[in-house]
Amino acid sequence: MKILAMSLAFLTLLASGPTARAADGDAGRGEEIYQRCVACHALAQNRVGPRHCGLFGRKAGTVKGYQYSAAMKKYAVTWDDAALDHFIENPLKVVPGTKMGYAGIKDPQERADLIAYLKKATSDPKTCD
Amino acid sequence: MSDNDLNPRRSFLSGFGKFTLSASAIALLAGNEKLALVSEASAQTANNDVTILNSALGAEQQAIAAYQLGAESGLLQKPVLDLAVQFQGHHKQHADVLAKAVAKLGGKPVTPLKDYSFPKDKLKAQADVLAFAASLEKGAVSAYLGAVPILTDRELAKAAASILGDEAMHWAILRQALGQNPVPDAFMS
Ligand code: HEC
Repeated sequence: MKILAMSLAFLTLLASGPTARAADGDAGRGEEIYQRCVACHALAQNRVGPRHCGLFGRKAGTVKGYQYSAAMKKYAVTWDDAALDHFIENPLKVVPGTKMGYAGIKDPQERADLIAYLKKATSDPKTCD
Repeated sequence: MSDNDLNPRRSFLSGFGKFTLSASAIALLAGNEKLALVSEASAQTANNDVTILNSALGAEQQAIAAYQLGAESGLLQKPVLDLAVQFQGHHKQHADVLAKAVAKLGGKPVTPLKDYSFPKDKLKAQADVLAFAASLEKGAVSAYLGAVPILTDRELAKAAASILGDEAMHWAILRQALGQNPVPDAFMS
């Protein structure tokens, strides 16, 4: 277990590198990380969670035809890099009462990669009409 | 459904029975020190358990619908079709257990969506259906993986881990059927 924890920590170090900042996301890796979201989300359709197309610049809790929790409707944020980074780290804590029952992504580099992917994918006219 | 299918499920449910006892004993028996402190914080974490289980239930319902679509698509051939039906049966059992657990925690189990708007136009061959199913299985495994350490009740965490194992097997088999490396990594993420 200790070895596992150490090697994971080491891998994290390798992955982020001393100078890489979380802001430099790799959309390619982000696409793989997005696989963690697809049990509940799709880009173009509302499923268990709301569609992600058009996410950036949209106010939280405002996709038409999706039944949000009261907490998400009240969450006064417009989705951008920083807001997503904050929310995805620990959704249940950031928006108490949200119905997104997901633990979150703790690794800042993974979040940056995911956000880089989301930025492209949620505005891609081929998937999002 | 055979007896073989039902028996493990019964023991699964009895696991939840035990949980109910310890949960309802919170104030009375003070059998569990952590839960006995009925504070706002613990009420919030119990709520989180409901939220997590309800989201998982939603994902299971979606998987059931996806396998239904796959089975009815006419795109799946025999050995694969049987597997898909079997996997769907597992998801039904998961959904059953999750709905009961949510109810026992005092929550309201979510109901399936009327329409998941699956990308039917993109499902044109057996491989498309399998890849789609694999992506849902992988996503569900990730969600359960995140849930295990944050579910406050250890019996529920165990149940989530048990479901995770089953769905990881589905994922591997689907990848195998797709001609992909069935177990590409030493760790799930
Ligand atoms: C277990 C199911 C589940 C998983 C996994 C999940 N989500 Fe969610 N998500 C939801 C639900 C349900 C909501 C609606 C929340 C509410 O109304 O409180 C939501 C809402 C959101 C929102 C707010 C959207 C809006 O329109 O305001 C964002 C952003 C989001 N999810 C991103 C993600 C990302 C990124 C991932 C993967 C890392 C992810 N989610 C994984 C279920 C999930």
